[in-house]
Amino acid sequence: MDSDTQWVTWEVLHQEKRGDPHVHVGSVHAPNAEMALILAKEQFARRQKCVNLWVVPTVAIVSMPYDDADIFEAGTDKSYREAWGYKVRERVRAARELDRLDPKEDDAGE
Amino acid sequence: MTLMNPLVRPVITDDDGRSEDEKLVTFEARVAAGEKIEPTDWMPDRYRQQLIRMVQNHGNSEIVGALPEREWIPHAPTFKRKLALTAKVQDEVGHAQLLYRVVETLGKPREVIIEELLNGTAKYSNVFNYPPETWADVGIIAWLIDAAAIIRQMLLREGSYGPYSRALKRICYEESFHLKHGHDICVTLATGTQFQRDMLQDALNRWWNPIVGFFGPPDRASVHTDELMRWRVKLKTNDAIRQQFFDQYVPRIWELGLSIPDPELRKDDESGRWLYTEPDWEEFKRVIKGHGPCNAERIAVRRLAHEEGEWVRRALAAAANDQAVPVQ
Ligand SMILES: [Fe+2]
Ligand SMILES: [Fe+2]
Repeated sequence: MDSDTQWVTWEVLHQEKRGDPHVHVGSVHAPNAEMALILAKEQFARRQKCVNLWVVPTVAIVSMPYDDADIFEAGTDKSYREAWGYKVRERVRAARELDRLDPKEDDAGE
Repeated sequence: MTLMNPLVRPVITDDDGRSEDEKLVTFEARVAAGEKIEPTDWMPDRYRQQLIRMVQNHGNSEIVGALPEREWIPHAPTFKRKLALTAKVQDEVGHAQLLYRVVETLGKPREVIIEELLNGTAKYSNVFNYPPETWADVGIIAWLIDAAAIIRQMLLREGSYGPYSRALKRICYEESFHLKHGHDICVTLATGTQFQRDMLQDALNRWWNPIVGFFGPPDRASVHTDELMRWRVKLKTNDAIRQQFFDQYVPRIWELGLSIPDPELRKDDESGRWLYTEPDWEEFKRVIKGHGPCNAERIAVRRLAHEEGEWVRRALAAAANDQAVPVQ
């Protein structure tokens, strides 16, 4: 639907606590950046805790099309690059039970 | 309301004409309350300089640290190990990118950071100036040096500078895979043939001292620690982090049937502290100043990579003139 009775939109990013990342929460219509911040504050910081807001013109955002989503798909098993892909504790325990290891100190434990 | 774009060029927004002393009081109160400092906040110049030095050094260490490991990618013993090692090297270079962005938020451009590494004036972790001689070295590096780095990074994550702290969250997540992968290599060798066990022990023998030195000179040698701890740039002293490493990893090294090449190493029951032989700090200084076994090679490889990447930078600069098409 084409309409030029509306101002442009601004994407709103909200920061809950100093040091946290800014998180996208929605968008507002506004004639300029300053108004966008004011409206964003009214819309998104009424009661949720907020220490800072960013607004970005929606037209500045470039997105990947969803029909390209398969490029994010791992074609192969990628467990080799995840910490959970390695069961090291289990391997050490198993090796100790089979006496394949000879701990140098008695107090060597978990 | 003052509008600003905090990411492009930080503008200090709370510089409201108060005296430096007054601003320092507010700054210290905020840090003491556990608040994060952002690029747009006023900060003491020594805080800024110290963070630049530290984060730049950290970023350089990620890049240079990937070089010795990268040498072993073609020689990895199995396909899975090759994939994992490649993934680790890719992660480390990504960490450098994140960290260089953090330095930029403090006002130092990336071009300067890169140039300082290439011309040899920038520092990086000393441990990467030693050569990885066998496949077991790859295991020891990924397990124990990454473990040492993780202990330090988990502390720094609680530091006061917002962008550094946020970058470290992601970095620590990825490091946990590096450590597991390294430990896994070591367990394979420790439970393997006599030849493999000897190879692992030999790697530990050569890397132990550089690892103990990884945490930096002893506390008595550092001058600014108090202020840096108060500003939460440092979270623990070098010696305290070293002790924490011994606590967590000495038992795990012993558990694999390895012996640690330091006859003095033991936990003192009374003080609860580990006793150990100090690494040779004179040698440490000598290597840091550029006279270690691999300093020249590391920088030369880095320079070669930089030169060979020149066409990519040129292509990107040309592409900067093309218009991206926004979605509507
Ligand atoms: Fe890393
Ligand atoms: Fe790592």
